[in-house]
Amino acid sequence: MAALSPWDSNLGQSNRAQLAEIDASCRGSVLLFFLSGMLWLLAGTVLALLASYKLHAPGFLGDAAWLTFGRIRTAHLNAVIYGFSAEVAVGVILWLMCRLCRVPLMAQSLINSAAVLWNIGLVIGIVGILAGDTTGVEYLELPKYCTPILFLSFALIAVWTIVIFRFRREKHLYVSQWYILAAVLWFPWLYSTAQLLLVMDPARGAVQAAVNWWYGHNVLGLWFTPVGLASIYYFLPKVIGRPIHSYYLSVLGFWTLALFYNWNGFHHLVGGPFPAWMITISIVASVMMIIPVVATAINHHFTMIGHFGKLKYSPTLRFIVFGAMSYTVSSLQGVLSAVRWFSETAHFTHHTVAHAHWGMYAFFTMTMFGSMYYILPRITQREWPSERLISLHFWCTAVGIILYVAPLSWGGWLQGKAMLDAQIPFLEVVKVTLPYLKLRTVTGVILAVGHVAFFANICWLLVRTFGPYRQPEPMILAGVQPQTAPVGK
Amino acid sequence: MNYGPLLFLGILFTLASSWFGLVVMPNQQLGSLQPNMDTNTGVVFPQPLPGEAAQGRELYRSLGCNYCHTQQVRREGFGSDIARGWGKRGSVARDYIYDRPVFLGSSRTGPDLTNIGERQPSYEWHYSHLYNPQTTSKGSIMPPYAFLFELRRVGPDGPSTNAVKLGGEFAPEPGWEVHPKPEAKQLVEYLRSLRSSVALPEAPLPKLE
Ligand code: HEC
Repeated sequence: MAALSPWDSNLGQSNRAQLAEIDASCRGSVLLFFLSGMLWLLAGTVLALLASYKLHAPGFLGDAAWLTFGRIRTAHLNAVIYGFSAEVAVGVILWLMCRLCRVPLMAQSLINSAAVLWNIGLVIGIVGILAGDTTGVEYLELPKYCTPILFLSFALIAVWTIVIFRFRREKHLYVSQWYILAAVLWFPWLYSTAQLLLVMDPARGAVQAAVNWWYGHNVLGLWFTPVGLASIYYFLPKVIGRPIHSYYLSVLGFWTLALFYNWNGFHHLVGGPFPAWMITISIVASVMMIIPVVATAINHHFTMIGHFGKLKYSPTLRFIVFGAMSYTVSSLQGVLSAVRWFSETAHFTHHTVAHAHWGMYAFFTMTMFGSMYYILPRITQREWPSERLISLHFWCTAVGIILYVAPLSWGGWLQGKAMLDAQIPFLEVVKVTLPYLKLRTVTGVILAVGHVAFFANICWLLVRTFGPYRQPEPMILAGVQPQTAPVGK
Repeated sequence: MNYGPLLFLGILFTLASSWFGLVVMPNQQLGSLQPNMDTNTGVVFPQPLPGEAAQGRELYRSLGCNYCHTQQVRREGFGSDIARGWGKRGSVARDYIYDRPVFLGSSRTGPDLTNIGERQPSYEWHYSHLYNPQTTSKGSIMPPYAFLFELRRVGPDGPSTNAVKLGGEFAPEPGWEVHPKPEAKQLVEYLRSLRSSVALPEAPLPKLE
């Protein structure tokens, strides 16, 4: 099934020229999304550090309403989800789609205006949250005076992605394209339904909570997850230079994810004021998620097998493999959390926060970092200036996030156990969590160092782009191995 | 899978299924619940919030209290909610029919507040706690909301009875006293309005032994 992978070693000169043309066409727009995404990441990191610190030192910066925990935490979430994650995702989507369809990005100004609109909408929204205008609906806190701007921007992006697809020159469809198409079709549907029934004209009572978690779970499962998987499916075979292990597992993984993931949302409502059928159906669907997760994990693992040595040289591969492994772990943790007996303890605790970061950071963000390591040198025609900064970035984020999520998952479990025992006073439960909350702040600092290193490297790369041409160095870490990945489509 | 249209249809159909099952169906089943009138006592429950409490609810939203506090009691036998005194019965969908947005919450960094009005009706306690949670709950990680209060000079007639009573390290400089701003009053009215010890046909109160 070699033809089913971007891997293709018999590329002629004309193909290379075509790829270079496609990369060049993506330069401005993809850079715009990546750079603004990175600025949101830095802003989101500062907000995260503040929120984390406040959670064990509540008096810190407590004198102004806009700095209160409830607002800073919410601004953090929206900055990293709708700022960093969504914008980098769009950059990756555009580049992957153009490459896989073999068409240059057309009408860049349209895409650029979508990027500008998105950023304007988001700045208004985050300032709104700090000013107290949050909607109070989790994952949809951005006030309603900015969300139409975001929706318009995203509609432009989605339509344009589909247009690129429609005019594809490559008739063969690769797995990554399935996931991208799904993501750009699912997200506007989710977002518009949620905006209508929760913000514009709220449904009655508890129905809001139902819609809230249908959206909240799906924005991760049907928007970020498909983009992350599209990246893994593309870059993993690409960098190691061999096709994906099994086409059939890819198909199985895609369709079972499409079937089951979107029914998962109500496992966030276990024990809540709802009829039993609603909760049960989501628990069943959550357990069924084992199928796509395991299928994908096997597929990726057998693709990688025998090539783990390459992790040393390719930063892309390092981040992507870390992301792929985290996807498996976090998804299985998600399955477990959905089950009633586990939920009885872990629900409402910091375990959930840790789980969200397994998914959004250890899986998604790391995968996006890996993708950017591949894409940026190609669209700018320059190599990464500093191997040191790459290493620093990788080790800070990899170690940082493990030290974040693993202990906090455990701390959340202990918190849940303590809460279940009604004899333990609440303030004692708080005490149980304190060491884990403090450790989280420390890991936040480590992650922040990684983000700054990455951002510095990107800036350096760009300065070079505009400066005099420099001889490209091989895109490797240890400086030993020449690039082994064939330049496929 | 090289057939674009089929892919499109599959993608749309899968989401349509859960959109129907998890959005439309719950709306059908729970979207038109009405308050209940107890035929014996004539008590109607739930009731819309009175003005000041409704304003307080807006503050609760705007300050993000819902990220640390839930407002849902899990039924007897699932979790320790009732044993902890967070409510006398499990919450049901009807309890929320007037809520916009619904503050079910997803985190219990702090205790559940479904029934806080009954558990803690004292204005004085709430003012003191909101001004600085350490005053009543040493070691709490709830943030202080001192910005909902203002310092005023003690008047010629001596300390005002409306001032928040703060002792020891929390007391203001001599000659000054701490007064709740209208926002603090609204927030406390909201907290005091949170009561759910009224039985509903689908959620009776446990019989007293
Ligand atoms: C960072 C998390 C956090 C936030 C945000 C927070 N609280 Fe708390 N809250 C706690 C903790 C922890 C406790 C338990 C210790 C205590 O009494 O302070 C608590 C206790 C309470 C109590 C007493 C509950 C009881 O059973 O005695 C009330 C009332 C309360 N909070 C109201 C609020 C209000 C109103 C807001 C928003 C203005 C708020 N809280 C925001 C963490 C938080």
